[in-house]
Amino acid sequence: MKKTYRLDNLDCANCAAKMEAAIQKLEGVQSAAISFMTQRLTIEAEEADFPKLLKAAQKCIRKIEPDCEIIVK
Amino acid sequence: MTRQQRKILLKIVIGAALFAAALIITHRISLPWWAELLIFLIVYLVPGHSVLIKAGKNIAHGQVLDENFLMTIASIAAFAIGEYPEAVEVILFYQVGELFEKIAVGRSRQAVSDLLDLCPDEATVLRNGNQETVFIDAVEVGEHILVKPGEKIPLDAQIVSGCSTLDTAALTGESMPQNAQPGDVVYSGCMNLSGVIELIVTKPASESTAAKIMELVESSASRKAKTEQFITKFARIYTPCVVIAAILLAVLPPLLTRQPFSEWIYRALTFLIISCPCALVISVPLSFFGGIGAASKQGILVKGSNYLEALSRAETVVMDKTGTLTQGKFHVTKQHTCSISEAEQLELAAMAESASNHPIAQSLLEAYGKEIDTERVRHIQETAGQGVSALIDGRKIYVGSAAFLQDQNIDPAVTDGVGTAVHVASDSEYFGYLLIADTIKPDAAEGIQALRQSGVTCVAMLTGDSESAAKEIGNLLKLDEVHAKCLPADKVEHMQAYRKKLSNNRTLVFVGDGMNDAPVLAQSDVGVAMGGLGSDAAIAAADLVILDDKPSKLGTALRIAKKTMMIARENIVFALGIKVIVLILGACGLAHIGAAVFADVGVSVIAILNATRAMHAHHEK
Repeated sequence: MKKTYRLDNLDCANCAAKMEAAIQKLEGVQSAAISFMTQRLTIEAEEADFPKLLKAAQKCIRKIEPDCEIIVK
Repeated sequence: MTRQQRKILLKIVIGAALFAAALIITHRISLPWWAELLIFLIVYLVPGHSVLIKAGKNIAHGQVLDENFLMTIASIAAFAIGEYPEAVEVILFYQVGELFEKIAVGRSRQAVSDLLDLCPDEATVLRNGNQETVFIDAVEVGEHILVKPGEKIPLDAQIVSGCSTLDTAALTGESMPQNAQPGDVVYSGCMNLSGVIELIVTKPASESTAAKIMELVESSASRKAKTEQFITKFARIYTPCVVIAAILLAVLPPLLTRQPFSEWIYRALTFLIISCPCALVISVPLSFFGGIGAASKQGILVKGSNYLEALSRAETVVMDKTGTLTQGKFHVTKQHTCSISEAEQLELAAMAESASNHPIAQSLLEAYGKEIDTERVRHIQETAGQGVSALIDGRKIYVGSAAFLQDQNIDPAVTDGVGTAVHVASDSEYFGYLLIADTIKPDAAEGIQALRQSGVTCVAMLTGDSESAAKEIGNLLKLDEVHAKCLPADKVEHMQAYRKKLSNNRTLVFVGDGMNDAPVLAQSDVGVAMGGLGSDAAIAAADLVILDDKPSKLGTALRIAKKTMMIARENIVFALGIKVIVLILGACGLAHIGAAVFADVGVSVIAILNATRAMHAHHEK
């Protein structure tokens, strides 16, 4: 299961790379990628893990860029 | 400029004015050191406080080596060694660079989203006899929508009433107006050119063609090219290395040579400022993204930067025949007549075959192009795989293969040319034959030539068709190798053989129509599907999808891939080169802090601007 989310206020390319590395290390994440240009976060994981993972990912992101937010539709 | 950017600009302008004033005052009046420090500290805080706050926040989160922190350390160190104006300069220049970087990023993001702006957000829906404008997400399958001339079609749909011409340029890159009538299926993203049309929606917004294309291009960033992965890894070790070098530079030489610390700390500052890898981290993926954007503008969907990278190194291109190089439709290509006119011969053949749904019969009927007068045709008898006989205008007519005619004791002529021969005769007289063959796409030769110009050394064709048909096309298109009568398993074997022959670091590309190609695609580095518009299977199977069915687009794709790689490489060499030069100059004490800030943010801005060139890669031939 692969899902893509918008990221708001993603300001720095190096930070995006750091966030990506941090999210990849989360337990349950099969793969994760952040595109700085399109401001998109793509996570591949088991369907049931998503709610939990999104919270964890948001935490990772806040640590690196405090204003950056995952937009869940 | 956004509000945030204007705020930064204001800080820079006020900061610069105060800085100039401070310089003049301290130059004219001799003040005690603490007074000078105080003046510059106040000036420093105007543009610098936000950097300090961010640095503090990030340290609290355990992010030590971020840009804000490095700039803070650099400026504090400058204060510590008494270089007050330098401290302000670091922050001021840094903010200017950041502003430029933000503007450049904002603009290229805008350009990217313009490239992907395929269909409108809203649709005009007919509900209870009223026209309502609603977001496309809220339109249900089965509802009727209205599209006026000059508007883009918002959802995949079928025409209920009204006629118009549609332009698929936004999807395929080719401006080719097509007539659309009631009953026709239309794709989201097409421009409605001439008439008002009413449509019935066939797919929800999330599954529309335009949405799928956008999703594909947006998620393409998740498949990273090796160059990108290298840069990300490099960035992770680069910053710590440069910071350690800076510390060593500040401490070791003074300890070993007993020179003053202040001189070496100043040199170490330049290191700290250059230690952010942003220019690389931003510009390389941006180059790839620009390339993918440029390709999608041309109706070529690339599923990841890794495929763009692989395509740029293509050495062997293997192509399927039917539907890829040829149109996959049979046409009458030649007529040879005896004793009657070509029109009469075609009419007889079409009439005799009028009851058959064999592809050959269909192509005869298409070539005839008129209604068949069924009154004139009687007693149609079909011999499967051989031919038909019928009574036309009271005369017995035979239409079919040479063997079929020989069975009727008629002696057919020897055929000359490629294709399937259909002989026509009455019970007493031979009327000649028609040749029916698949035709080569008009731009196939152009496409193959473009591949060669881009460094492809071998273009081969695989087909299940006969030896003679394959050879004919091979000769016409000047293909290097042709393999006929291939079963699916043979195709896989041929691909494996080509793979073994590849030079080091070069790639194998397969081009097909995306149907039943999975095992062959698996053998290739880049699998290309042609004619993907409206074909979900092709889009799902391939790494690169050419939305219309033009083989010349392959050349375009290859050109964009090469250009993109070139820009990515330029950026790596340029950004690293400048950084290394300034690091060396800094270590020797020759680089001013201004140069260091340029090597950081200035280089980023230039690299971003260079990367945006990739978005226009398709313009240059």
